[in-house]
Amino acid sequence: MTSWTAANFWLIPLLPLAASLLILGFAKSHRGVAIGLAVIGQLTTLSISIAAFAWTLGTPGARGVQNFTWFTFGEQAVRIGCVLDPLAAAMLVMITLVGLCIFVFSKGYMAGDKDFSRFFAYLSFFSAAMLGVVIANSLLLLFVCWELVGLASYLLIGFWIHKPSAAAAAKKAFITTRIGDLGFFLGLLWLYRSTGTLLFYDNGNGCLESAGLLAIGSSSTFIALLIFSGAVGKSGQFPLHVWLPDAMEGPTPVSALIHAATMVAAGVFLVARVYPIFSLGAIDGVTPSLTVVVWVGVITALMASLIAIAQADIKRILAYSTVSQLGLMMVSLGVGGVAAGIMHLLAHGFFKALLFLGSGSVIHASHHEQDIRKMGGLRKLMPVTFVTYAIGMMALSGVPLFFAGAWTKEEVLHATAHWPKSQAPYFLMLAGVVLTALYMTRQMIYVFYGSQRRNIDLQSVRPEGLEPAESNAAENISAGRTGHSPMFRPESIHESPPVMTRPLIVLAICTIGLSAVLTPAWPWLHDYLSGESAHFDFAQLIQPMLFISLALVAGGIALGVLIYRRAGLTDPLQQAQPALFRFLENKMWLDELYAHTVIALSKAAARVSNWMDRFVWDGLVRAVGGIGRFLGSFSAGVDERGINAVVDESVGGARGLGRLMSRFHSGQVQLYLGAVAVAVLALLLFYAWLA
Amino acid sequence: MAGLITALILLPLVGALFVSASRPNSARGIALGFTVLSGVIAFLLWRNFDSAAAGMQLVERHPWIPSIGAEYLVGIDGLSLLLVILTSLVFPFALLAQRLSGGACALLLVMQAALYGTFTAQNFILWFLFYEMSLIPGFLLIKIWGGENRDRAATKFFLYTFLGSVAMLLAFLGIYFAKGTFDFAKLAELARSGPLLSGKLGWIAFAGIFLGLAVKVPLFPFHTWLPDAYETAPTGVSMVLTGVLSKMGVYGFIRLLLPLFPREIHALGPWLLGLAVCSIVFASLAAWAQSDLKRMVAYLSINHLGYCLLGLFAVSAATARPAVELQAALSGVFLQIFNHGITAAALFYFVGLLEERRGSRGIHDFGGLMQRTPLLCGWMSVAMFSSLGLPGLNGFIGEFLIFKGAFALAAVATAVAVLGLLFTAVTFLRAMQLLFSGPRTESCSTLPDLLRREKLVIVPVTLLMFAIGIAPQFVFNIFNTTVIQMTRLFV
Repeated sequence: MTSWTAANFWLIPLLPLAASLLILGFAKSHRGVAIGLAVIGQLTTLSISIAAFAWTLGTPGARGVQNFTWFTFGEQAVRIGCVLDPLAAAMLVMITLVGLCIFVFSKGYMAGDKDFSRFFAYLSFFSAAMLGVVIANSLLLLFVCWELVGLASYLLIGFWIHKPSAAAAAKKAFITTRIGDLGFFLGLLWLYRSTGTLLFYDNGNGCLESAGLLAIGSSSTFIALLIFSGAVGKSGQFPLHVWLPDAMEGPTPVSALIHAATMVAAGVFLVARVYPIFSLGAIDGVTPSLTVVVWVGVITALMASLIAIAQADIKRILAYSTVSQLGLMMVSLGVGGVAAGIMHLLAHGFFKALLFLGSGSVIHASHHEQDIRKMGGLRKLMPVTFVTYAIGMMALSGVPLFFAGAWTKEEVLHATAHWPKSQAPYFLMLAGVVLTALYMTRQMIYVFYGSQRRNIDLQSVRPEGLEPAESNAAENISAGRTGHSPMFRPESIHESPPVMTRPLIVLAICTIGLSAVLTPAWPWLHDYLSGESAHFDFAQLIQPMLFISLALVAGGIALGVLIYRRAGLTDPLQQAQPALFRFLENKMWLDELYAHTVIALSKAAARVSNWMDRFVWDGLVRAVGGIGRFLGSFSAGVDERGINAVVDESVGGARGLGRLMSRFHSGQVQLYLGAVAVAVLALLLFYAWLA
Repeated sequence: MAGLITALILLPLVGALFVSASRPNSARGIALGFTVLSGVIAFLLWRNFDSAAAGMQLVERHPWIPSIGAEYLVGIDGLSLLLVILTSLVFPFALLAQRLSGGACALLLVMQAALYGTFTAQNFILWFLFYEMSLIPGFLLIKIWGGENRDRAATKFFLYTFLGSVAMLLAFLGIYFAKGTFDFAKLAELARSGPLLSGKLGWIAFAGIFLGLAVKVPLFPFHTWLPDAYETAPTGVSMVLTGVLSKMGVYGFIRLLLPLFPREIHALGPWLLGLAVCSIVFASLAAWAQSDLKRMVAYLSINHLGYCLLGLFAVSAATARPAVELQAALSGVFLQIFNHGITAAALFYFVGLLEERRGSRGIHDFGGLMQRTPLLCGWMSVAMFSSLGLPGLNGFIGEFLIFKGAFALAAVATAVAVLGLLFTAVTFLRAMQLLFSGPRTESCSTLPDLLRREKLVIVPVTLLMFAIGIAPQFVFNIFNTTVIQMTRLFV
């Protein structure tokens, strides 16, 4: 079995791909078949992933590599391949497991949608591409899958394509990430030029192996930073993060899978995958490129958690939280804590998917209300969602001991504290810890505690762009029984159906269960990822630094309770600091800044190019033609005045070059051969004269 | 299989005669029959072509005008074969796209013959004859069957290309007087040992040929005839113009300019690279600003051919020339020629379908199409994503190789050219947003989705895009030996 896995793990991305194609091709109008195919595809790929994971566990230090030639141009073969190592295997299990939960959840969430089958086709396609990114053993194959992941994201953000806001968000996501991807593309070309191969591992000849790294030499900083720009785009890092919150226009399961758990983490994964290039020539673990990674991560993490405090849309809060957590992971990679960063990525995948699905359950139950200020008291109405959401919240905030996120965050902080270059990132990250606890407490209080805050007309609170007729499935299920009521009725809120709550429970169990393998006392996953064998050491559990972050998390939560305990429709922070709140609520006006600078400039450039074409270049051509005409009529004039006008009259035909030129412009083809003859004659004379 | 190439060239001409003599309602059928037949001959050529052998194959040589050394000399290498196959694919596609009258069909067939001739002729006189023979049907097709502003557009098309041709002819006569031959292979051999023409004369001859080809491709700033011509021409003609005719220019660059004037083109390298980058960036920007779909696709055509020229100029401009990068750039250019022919023709086809349904083709005349015509939108999206270079589709592989080679040979120009990839994406995504998304609009509420016959046309073309994107080896096999042989010229 294990050797079978090592030989056939390349099947992992192909199974969901096959499911996707089958659905698109044959099951468009058969919902049952579509969901069945999608789930079977996901299940089989999950089982192979688990087997692959077991294989990497059973053979420590082994790396399964399969390379083959994609095509040959000239005398050169372009080779791609797959790799199975701890990094890939751990990612595979997380992606397929979270993916499966989300597939099942979507069955309930999307039940009434008319494009149900198409949804699952896209979701399976996404899964395939994402798994391809993870097992790619070639930067080229990784880039190919990377772009396909972007396509899937584009298709799924814009899934409700009739919503103009969704279409705009999809476009924004594709273009913003493509800006980063072009940098990535250049980095890839540079790497290809330096090393002559894009294979990561190739029996010592890959670009991440000694020979390749030697060939990269001093250009490593440029290559690393160019590749990093791709990660910045995909992982929503400053300054290219602006697409990610808008991507929440997609259906909530999509936000959970793509824009929280998996795709957005691909950037972090990419940096981890090509880490040898980033750390090439490191002195004391510091290189210029890694320093850039650290600071981009720090800025992103802090900025996003600040913005999250002032957001009202439940999904947008989570989106900014994702951005901030991704920043944290980048910091971890930058300071050298690769295993810690990837562990946080894995844990984050589970608890953030849990939170997003929980928010989906909330949104579903409250008739597509997404404004947390208008929710409240859902604790009693939706107990399962509440408990699971609370688990996710505690994992994200970093409440220690039983929640996966806490240990991994601790690891990251630990790594950051030991960065030789500066202590600033560590303290800034600590501030981030407080902010995270604060905004999550705010969200919990608004959504689940207190009393109903919204006894208002539903019409005014519908999310933008969603008209009653366009409501999706989830709404139809919940509202179907009572019919659409324009007025909100608290009693119509109820727990979501089991098909939706069960995935929540599974993810919650994973979130807690994962904490067992993440503790510093038994750093099993950490050592697995960094290729060492783990030892159990209980003393490691209690470290002084743990108390610092424990105090900060407790402080953050307490602060949150204090501030938001009695919060009404107006945010307390808004009352206290209206200017600051407006600044954060408007996402620091970065969208506006871009709109008035980069975007405005490019649009102007487009208009100028068009104008230049129509008037300047074409104008030049016409001017040349005009000069010809002018010369023609001028010589005609000379003819008429200088030579006998009477002759001119009587001949009638000879009207000078002007006429000739205008005849050209009427496009008479007969002239053509004549002109050729004249030209040939002229040329012969010219050459005769030269000779 | 001697005479195969001649048969290939003659068959469409015979077809044109038949079409002219036929009744109007059977003209298109006959024309289609003849293009398919010549497609079969092209296929036979491919079968008889030895992809491992270097040099010209299936050569036919007959004396023609001995006094000036002009021979009837045709043959194919990998590049010629690639273009012959492309021609054989695009013409049936174009004839299926639209109902055309008998006259138009006959002219299209004449054009097809001329193109076969251009891509197989191996001496200048014959080549030039075919080259010019393709111009006149193009002119007439735009002038007679074109849309708005057809007179202006046709005249512009004609004068531009005609002036370019005259310049080219003069230059070649100069070369002939100096060297006494029109044979491409002999001239290339002579050029390897020393300049064909010395000093200023060499530059004049180079400028003449360069001008003719630059107009034909077109290269910025000689491109302003193109948007007008493509916009005005009927759908099928636009498909042929962009799919095949634009390749004559690139072909000329590869067959004539690079082998005959290596010194001149090398000396001007940075300038030419600059022009190619301008083509790429400005055309993609201008495409973004268009509101007419056809004009938009036309500008993107300039942009995509800009990548071809970027690859070629990078090859000739570089001082250090590792074989691997030369092969990457040249293979990329060859593949891009083929890909662009397929994809751009498909894009024009789709714009034609939209125009046929709605009666207009303004980008703002549509909206919410996805809800009304999901299949049309889906298949059109594939063509658009292929054109913007999405991996998994044909466009990516060609562009990847061009950029790989060009980046190693001319890093700065290539880095700037990457902007073209961005603006192409912006252009297409804007188009998709405006056409497909949003609520269903009144004006588009009755448009029919893809019809059966339209599906039969578009499905094979799309499958070809996927095939090249996923497993491109079968196309590389056509020209790999030719690429290797050409790189030897430069190393």
